[in-house]
Amino acid sequence: MDAFVSTYVWPAIIMVAQSLLLLVALLLFIAYILLADRKIWAAVQLRRGPNVVGPWGLFQSFADLLKFVFKEPVIPAGANKAIFLLAPLVSVTLALAAWAVIPLNAGWVIANINVGILFVFAISSLEVYGIIMGGWASNSKYPFLGALRSAAQMVSYEVSIGFVIVTVLLCVGSLNLTDIVNAQSNGIGTNLGLPASFLDWHWLALFPMFIVFFISALAETNRPPFDLPEAESELVAGFMVEYGSTPYMMFMLGEYAAICLMCALTTILFLGGWLPPVDVWFLNWVPGIIWFVLKASFVFFMFAMVKAFVPRYRYDQLMRLGWKVFLPISLAMVVITAFVLKLTGAA
Amino acid sequence: MGLQVLFFYLFAFIAVASAFMVIAARNPVYSVLFLILTFFNSAGLFLLAGAEFLAMILLVVYVGAVAVLFLFVVMMLDIDFAELRAGVLEYAPVGALIGLILAAELIIVVGGATFSPEIAKGISMPIPAVADRTNTAALGDVLYTHYVYFFQIAGLVLLVAMIGAIVLTLRHRVNIKRQSIPQQVARTPETAVEVITVKPGQGI
Repeated sequence: MDAFVSTYVWPAIIMVAQSLLLLVALLLFIAYILLADRKIWAAVQLRRGPNVVGPWGLFQSFADLLKFVFKEPVIPAGANKAIFLLAPLVSVTLALAAWAVIPLNAGWVIANINVGILFVFAISSLEVYGIIMGGWASNSKYPFLGALRSAAQMVSYEVSIGFVIVTVLLCVGSLNLTDIVNAQSNGIGTNLGLPASFLDWHWLALFPMFIVFFISALAETNRPPFDLPEAESELVAGFMVEYGSTPYMMFMLGEYAAICLMCALTTILFLGGWLPPVDVWFLNWVPGIIWFVLKASFVFFMFAMVKAFVPRYRYDQLMRLGWKVFLPISLAMVVITAFVLKLTGAA
Repeated sequence: MGLQVLFFYLFAFIAVASAFMVIAARNPVYSVLFLILTFFNSAGLFLLAGAEFLAMILLVVYVGAVAVLFLFVVMMLDIDFAELRAGVLEYAPVGALIGLILAAELIIVVGGATFSPEIAKGISMPIPAVADRTNTAALGDVLYTHYVYFFQIAGLVLLVAMIGAIVLTLRHRVNIKRQSIPQQVARTPETAVEVITVKPGQGI
């Protein structure tokens, strides 16, 4: 019995506790990311943004949460009820599930699996299901058009995200996310004889891929300027037209969890994860988690700024960018990176 | 060990049950969703067998791309599935025969070592232990060295299929307005805008 408790029960309790802690922290972070998104957008347009609930509007997201939860959920008469309610659940569960393998600091990861990056990639390619199911089950024209657009969009941009990940993997030689961060402690900067710094991270060595990944991440998470699945001037609100109250909130939560995931992934792949920007004692003394959150927040700030001042793409332009620009560039970069690594003997 | 067995039966049971539902469901969209559930549980079985790379690739390729297209097509097409279903009993013997042949082949491939133990000795590329080498690395070791030609030929076969699909659907229509992106990008105010001074009361 003792053996059973020590091999199964105790690790299970620890894992559940860790997951709950991460989940609560993540949801709080998402609440403020949502507020930040609105505030940044407002600031660019010389508005104040939400500023009524709490000091500087700090509790706005929680007020919104209460509002959504207390509203009556309406299910359209012609909708496929089971799938209609399943879709937001799928969307939010998948977006949160990927966080199990994201390392927030050295050793701070719930599941340190060998194929971590593939797991995140697999989950992010499944996120399209929430949207397709929601769009189809609503049994209405606008949601269906939004779902079709998003299916094509997400499948197209996954291709270039996949190739970007391949170039990073070529440089690292491992699919483990912790290894990917650790591999960035030496790179271009240290090869030139400088101390370990932000010049070692992959953003510099793989600069074109960093840009391609950032833009593809915008498209993959349906952020403006690629928010065609929910383009309000064309499709009202796309796949979410028929949703309200808690199911709508879950779509929203899933979307923002996916955005945070993409910010975290950009941080891990290109911005050195929890590594301090310069290797000096007072920066090393700051906990890695702080650096991780700062970098992820910076990436999110860029996401929000893009939303604020880039006009929406037309659908054919979106497809052209994905298939005719990003795919050849990333494919060529895979070949170039492999050649450079082979010729310099780095891999 | 007990937990692994439990999970094996859980995944295997759901996989078989949802595979049955794929052919039993009345609504084709439900069929595709059950197919996705089957893929998920197969990925779970791969994980239990220690084949983590295959499990993740199954999710990325089949669930993330192929099943999305299935779902896409099934939702777009308005097929009368009751009509298609009418001939089920006629084709049942043929289906059963194909199923039997596939099952026999699977048993021969997977269980070959049990029938004649010397087969296992003839493997040219033995599988390294999971603890020694991660299976992503183990696959890479042989796929791009020993089997590189076969791998490239498999890629070429897919390329031919892709070109075939494009050739079948591509048609050049003449009386259609096309956009030329370089031309659009190259436009400047000088070439695109003409300023006309309109005299009052005269028009252009």
